[in-house]
Amino acid sequence: MSKHTLSVLVENKPGVLARVASLFSRRGFNIDSLAVGPTELEEISRMTVVVEVEAGALEQVTKQLNKLVEVLKVVELDTAAAVHSEICLVKVRADATSRSQVVDTVNLFKAKVVDVAPDALTIEVTGSSDKLTAFLAVLEPFGIKELVQSGVVAMGRGSRSITDRSLRSA
Amino acid sequence: MSDTTKQAPSPADVASMARTRPSTQAAPGQVVEVTGAQSLVLALEAVGVDTVFGIPGGAILPAYDPMLDSTKVRHILVRHEQGAGHAAEGYASATGKVGVCMVTSGPGATNLVTPIADAHMDSVPIVAITGQVPSAAIGSDAFQEADIRGITMPVTKHNYLVTDPAKIPQIIAEAFHIARTGRPGPVLVDISKDALQATTTFSWPPKFDLPGYHPVTHPHGKQIREAARLMAAAERPIFYVGGGVVRGHASEQLRRLVDLTQIPVVTTLMARGTVPDSHPLNLGMPGMHGTVAAVTGLQKSDLIIALGARFDDRVTGQLSSFAPHAKVIHADIDPAEIGKNRVADVPIVGDAGEVITDLIHQVEADRRAGSDDPGAWDYAAWRQRVTGWKQTFPLGWTESEDGALSPQYVIQRIGALTGPEGTYVAGVGQHQMWAAQFVRYERPNAWLNSGGLGTMGYAVPAAMGAKVAEPDRTVWAIDGDGCFQMTNQELATCAINDIPIKVAIINNSSLGMVRQWQTLFYGERYSNTDLQTTSERIPDFVKLAEAYGCLGLRVEKAEDVDAAITQALETNDRPVVIDFIVHRDAMVWPMVPAGVSNDMIRNARDEAPVWEREE
Repeated sequence: MSKHTLSVLVENKPGVLARVASLFSRRGFNIDSLAVGPTELEEISRMTVVVEVEAGALEQVTKQLNKLVEVLKVVELDTAAAVHSEICLVKVRADATSRSQVVDTVNLFKAKVVDVAPDALTIEVTGSSDKLTAFLAVLEPFGIKELVQSGVVAMGRGSRSITDRSLRSA
Repeated sequence: MSDTTKQAPSPADVASMARTRPSTQAAPGQVVEVTGAQSLVLALEAVGVDTVFGIPGGAILPAYDPMLDSTKVRHILVRHEQGAGHAAEGYASATGKVGVCMVTSGPGATNLVTPIADAHMDSVPIVAITGQVPSAAIGSDAFQEADIRGITMPVTKHNYLVTDPAKIPQIIAEAFHIARTGRPGPVLVDISKDALQATTTFSWPPKFDLPGYHPVTHPHGKQIREAARLMAAAERPIFYVGGGVVRGHASEQLRRLVDLTQIPVVTTLMARGTVPDSHPLNLGMPGMHGTVAAVTGLQKSDLIIALGARFDDRVTGQLSSFAPHAKVIHADIDPAEIGKNRVADVPIVGDAGEVITDLIHQVEADRRAGSDDPGAWDYAAWRQRVTGWKQTFPLGWTESEDGALSPQYVIQRIGALTGPEGTYVAGVGQHQMWAAQFVRYERPNAWLNSGGLGTMGYAVPAAMGAKVAEPDRTVWAIDGDGCFQMTNQELATCAINDIPIKVAIINNSSLGMVRQWQTLFYGERYSNTDLQTTSERIPDFVKLAEAYGCLGLRVEKAEDVDAAITQALETNDRPVVIDFIVHRDAMVWPMVPAGVSNDMIRNARDEAPVWEREE
């Protein structure tokens, strides 16, 4: 079993997310994370799905996704040849005595304090899953009160675009 | 509602308008003002629908008003929505055309789920139209509201919720296109009541664009060449033919390929008749209840050429020990089937007809070019072995000790007296397997059944659909006493609408296949499989038939079988139901028990095939 990142281009229509999500559950594939949003083309949405499957099962996932009428393209992003990023908001216990230590950590990780309260800080951090994991581990001792993560979004490196050509004319 | 009907022309008006024009076909491109409901009926007419099976109800009610005016569409009022769905399947399976059913929201739609799932498993092209509550009420748990689009997502090829009446023609066109192209399947179109009632415009043909839907029909030349190379080199090749060849209308081409290559063939449950049973190289059906020759032919082959088949568990048995020495050429129009269960050495994505035609050309070219291998294209020794198995281990049965009627005999006589031009439709269970084994199929689409989903109750409504599609054919529903009790209300539909199907109830007073498993694997403990249809005669099927306006007959002795079948064949003014009281302990053989290797095939309860030394 290994992690794979799939970029799935879909028609921007109601019900598509349900269709994709239900396909994963129906075929017995576990989703690690799923992020969805608009693209540079109004009629197309892009999903980034991280799945943990064996190679044979990955081929099935891809083929089954391609069978969905509203799925336009499925691309597996090679980890080495793609940029992966995730955003995380985290609320950490921080009073007058611990605040400066927390802020030091925020600076070390190039994160950002987005809200301050007398006994807590809300921090925004972006980056790879590894970076986020490391950051959260350092914050842990201060006391994490609340956490939300976007799920990974990813894009291939270089000048090529997966929304190129055929899809633009469509 | 009545106001809008008066303002807008009815489909009949539009049809007559079209008739006055020089070009008759509903004036292409002409834009007319209609209601959404009229737009739906006009779209159905334009796409070529001649029959709709359905039942009205609140949400679909607007569509039924213009339906009354349609001169092109015959609506057949069924008695249960499941019947509408299976009838559409029977219509589609008999002809290859798209079957259509139409029902209301909520329970009407949920009653369609079983036939839709059935069509999905067996790749049957149907379009299901369901009414939905008004769009403003969607999500409010309104009366008769069900999220049928959500419910049917995993069991449809595609589905739609339409709330904009202007989109009706386009979506109907898309639905039919998707249902019948590529790997065929069910498409559901859910239309909100307000969209049916609103005023909109209709024009045909509509423009549509499905950027994510491009079925690959043309096979890759390199794979065809590689397939032909493997075929030349093989010593023990076998064609494993599935339902895709039937759906792809490729039986003629297949026959030519078989005759050209002289490679033996097995025809799966879904493919019975694609190669005639009378063909000397047809080994019959593979799988759990397949012939010894077909099962063993696959097991011992060194090359499986799978055409429109999906390596279903009922065919392969224990997958890890299935055909262990075989390389696999796997051709299917659905790329997801290739490599799903068994790794393919040569994957070919394409339409069955095109794949087979290309294979024929390639084999002919390769043979002309000749080969260094003296054994190339020569399978004579293998052919002799498999046809030997066919002769040594024919299908058969043992008569009961008390002289009770053998179900296999009844079914064999139905096939023999009706002939190959008849259409045979079965439910699910023992009678289905016997019908697959003991009727001789000589043409594709002569055999309709629920293969993948295994839907009890399929036979009567599907036979109704098949008879409507091809009224000149004799259509038999070969049914079990359990199956028959699930959907026999459609006999009323048949009797009233002049659809004279013939039903043979193979009545063993039991859920027979389950009982067979209880006999074999549960120590003869018969938990809840006794239906008492012979011991108590509840219901009395002859009286039931008569109550439904059918001819009811009962047969209990072998000597009366032919006379009853003949009487049924001669009765065409109403449906016929024959209650054949058969031997209760008759079992389906051969059998490979579930989950074990196909090498464990038994041709009778305590009898494994005895092989010659080298086998």
